[in-house]
Amino acid sequence: MSNVGIVIVSHSPLVAEGTADMVRQMVGNEVPLAWCGGNGHGGLGTNVEAIMGAIDKAWSEAGVAILVDLGGAETNSEMAVEMIGEPRAQKIIVCNAPIVEGAVMAATEASGGASLKEVVATAHELSPS
Amino acid sequence: MAAADLSRLIEATANTIAAHAEELTRLDQAIGDGDHGLNMKRGFEAVRAEAGAFSAKPLPEALKAIGTKLVMTVGGASGPLFGTLFMALGKEIPAAPDRADLAAAFGKAIEAVAARGKSQAGQKTMLDVLQPVHEALLQGKTAADIVEIADNAADATVPMKALRGRASFLGDRSIGHMDAGARSTALLVRAVAEAIERRA
Repeated sequence: MSNVGIVIVSHSPLVAEGTADMVRQMVGNEVPLAWCGGNGHGGLGTNVEAIMGAIDKAWSEAGVAILVDLGGAETNSEMAVEMIGEPRAQKIIVCNAPIVEGAVMAATEASGGASLKEVVATAHELSPS
Repeated sequence: MAAADLSRLIEATANTIAAHAEELTRLDQAIGDGDHGLNMKRGFEAVRAEAGAFSAKPLPEALKAIGTKLVMTVGGASGPLFGTLFMALGKEIPAAPDRADLAAAFGKAIEAVAARGKSQAGQKTMLDVLQPVHEALLQGKTAADIVEIADNAADATVPMKALRGRASFLGDRSIGHMDAGARSTALLVRAVAEAIERRA
């Protein structure tokens, strides 16, 4: 699929899955989508391996936008992108946006065939700095 | 560095993290999400479990592999932060470092941690211990001095207001508590310094 992919990374698998449900309701299967949440040991948290797996699952040649909740999700996502390495890394962006609103807005933008840059900009509009 | 030495350093760091896991968790519960002790213990136990394989590698490769293992096993923001410290150290250090090589590599590794955490010293984080330890290394301080400097630096995070991480959500309420990452960093510095000192 040529649309930009969306990855949702929350400390809570319930939040990640719920957010993914809301995205699917909006865009159906028009957008590659994957989520992950939890520390991999049954507790709250995020882990790099799961994030790398989610990026693989939602991979699109048009790129992937990652939506995160709290600090560790962002740090671990950036680490995952670095470990995936080039050439794919330059097509993956961790968004600065609220996770639920950001994911739904970014996916909606992506479903219309927007570029990675446009998808990320749409999410970032939700977090005016 | 001989394999036996590296193996001893791995033992020493894993031992201190395991012995202080509950304390680290208590510190993190006060102003964070309370998972620091358990996360660090999981990571350093994973490193200990493969100590033989890590010790068989040349020092730079060993440090990079240990960093990667920490990234994959610690979880939370501490995984990438402590993992980056070791990975960057491995990238910068020569196979048989002298004191100056170590200080230079350590400086670069601290920069990598600061970039990973988008942070700097003074924000109530592990950097508040790493920075003075780096300065002490540059000044040629003894291992005993460095241990004391690291402990004092961790204590000095108590009156600070957190500007990064989960504790920053508490604003002024983060004042009066030691940063858990600063404490675990001081523990690691002590374990490494004492293990190297015993060999010397």
